[in-house]
Amino acid sequence: MPLLEVKNLTVEFQTASGPFRAVDGVSLKVDEGEVLAIVGESGSGKSVSMLAAMGLLPWTAKVTADVLTFNGRDMQAMSDSDRRKIIGKDIAMIFQEPIASLNPCFTVGFQIEEVLRVHTDLGRKARRDRAIELFQSVGIPTPEERLGHFPHQMSGGQCQRVMIATALACNPKLLIADEPTTALDVTIQKQILDLLMKLQAEYGMGLIIITHDMGVVAETADRVIVQYKGRQIESADVLSLFENPKSVYTKALLSALPENAVGGRLPTITEKLTDAEIFAGALR
Amino acid sequence: MFRFIFGRLAVLIPTFLGVSLIAFSFIRLLPGDPVMLMSGERVMSPERHTELMHQLGLDRPMYIQYFDYLGGLLTGDFGSSIVTKRPVLDDFVNLFPATLELSLCAIIVAIALGIPAGVLAAVKRGTWLDQSLMGVALVGYSMPIFWWGLLLIIFFSGYLGWTPVSGRISLMYFFPQVTGFMLIDSLISGQAGAFKSALSYLILPTVVLATIPLAVIARQTRSAMLEVLGEDYVRTARAKGLSPFRVIGVHALRNAMIPVITTIGLQVGVLLAGAILTETIFSWPGIGKWMVDSVFKRDYAVVQGGLMLIAAVIMIVNLVVDLLYGWVNPRIRH
Repeated sequence: MPLLEVKNLTVEFQTASGPFRAVDGVSLKVDEGEVLAIVGESGSGKSVSMLAAMGLLPWTAKVTADVLTFNGRDMQAMSDSDRRKIIGKDIAMIFQEPIASLNPCFTVGFQIEEVLRVHTDLGRKARRDRAIELFQSVGIPTPEERLGHFPHQMSGGQCQRVMIATALACNPKLLIADEPTTALDVTIQKQILDLLMKLQAEYGMGLIIITHDMGVVAETADRVIVQYKGRQIESADVLSLFENPKSVYTKALLSALPENAVGGRLPTITEKLTDAEIFAGALR
Repeated sequence: MFRFIFGRLAVLIPTFLGVSLIAFSFIRLLPGDPVMLMSGERVMSPERHTELMHQLGLDRPMYIQYFDYLGGLLTGDFGSSIVTKRPVLDDFVNLFPATLELSLCAIIVAIALGIPAGVLAAVKRGTWLDQSLMGVALVGYSMPIFWWGLLLIIFFSGYLGWTPVSGRISLMYFFPQVTGFMLIDSLISGQAGAFKSALSYLILPTVVLATIPLAVIARQTRSAMLEVLGEDYVRTARAKGLSPFRVIGVHALRNAMIPVITTIGLQVGVLLAGAILTETIFSWPGIGKWMVDSVFKRDYAVVQGGLMLIAAVIMIVNLVVDLLYGWVNPRIRH
């Protein structure tokens, strides 16, 4: 049984000019201990599909799916309060902008202990001990002192470590990392990515990494899903995707990597392909 | 923190000087003088007028009068009423509790209803609930206080006979002033029915005075909440599996409170200005009514002193708001 299974997920937003389909028929499976990467350009519906799976989209979004299960439980049939018992505990999520993702009005200690208060029976002292332990495991120095700090007193990389610690607080089965390194500078990107992979192996959890960085995909993923304009273009294990991409879009995406640039100009995708050509090879 | 408070206090000095100059000069711009108005219908000989003006020191050059007044202020002497001869500060201390009681009740009502209304409107954005709440707020904001007060009196006091028209408590009750707050004093007195009577007298003025701040706070809370609800940390709070009540009431509201607290602080000035009208309509024996009466009598000392004291209250409230601001928003504190 897969940890997360999604079949034919569609998300529509009501806009002034009629409904807009942000995700169109996305299907995916993630097993325990597996790392799945979802890649695509901005606006390809990567984040929206994951937010939809977690039930975090605003009410203006209309979400439908043939199957949407977590650990065998139907997330669509579940009441909101039942879903909240899973979210933050068994499925955790970290986001692109670590500083903006932490509440500026509360200490990071409060924010990490809050998850423990909601999802566990731990007392005040035990929650604090667990928070210190989590901070240590994500490599935050002097955790006792850091717990009393506000997000604006920490760097972006440290905030992302706090986010990761918060996500891991209840030993989740699945972690969704939505562009976890995009807002960080390159040296910190590497550190955070290494940390994520180390913790993924340590906790044995499923990990979905949403990214537009093929380098991140190559370094981390077991399997890859390529999305374009809300539709899935290709799904493959990481080796075959890099060695033998099936879709013209994936080929173009790989050739658009800066290291593949020929001459002084970076290749782009849209100047080579039309939507019709891209969707011709789509999975649905 | 001390540096912050000290900095704020230092700004108060020029503000205080400015207010004293305005208070001093504006009342003198009005035609007529206190001596002329004291004589009333009777005709006063020019000699007698000059003599009385001299007695009151009003014949001296303007700048001497001003520095004399300023010197008094520095020693805590706000002067004495030209009409009643009582020290301005004594009258203020006697009357201010009535205004404070009314203003406090009004701001409590405004906050207690305005913030939830604003939050509800923001959460239910674009629905009929949002539109009706904001529609009512707009009407409340646009309503002239005196007209609204009269409407309420006509309906609740005149037509339904539910509430009394004017005053602070029924004449049946008498008890010594302890706190100056009628609600508290009536409770302390232990007289049956006194508290209920005080409350019934307080309701309409409170509603009238609370209307504009309520509308402003509701609208400000709504817009602040709308901004905050779209923030990443609200999404994080939801991704933690927190209840909607906690996401909105703790994570979003705490951030939205930052501009709302500023608004509440600014409303204190509006409230005291509104108190002048409200107290006049309901014959509420507070500083508002006292000030209006003094303007009519050209009681320079009372108008000047009263304005200074009101300004002092507003400045203190603003200082408290600034401190609160630092408490709510840690980015200012650190």
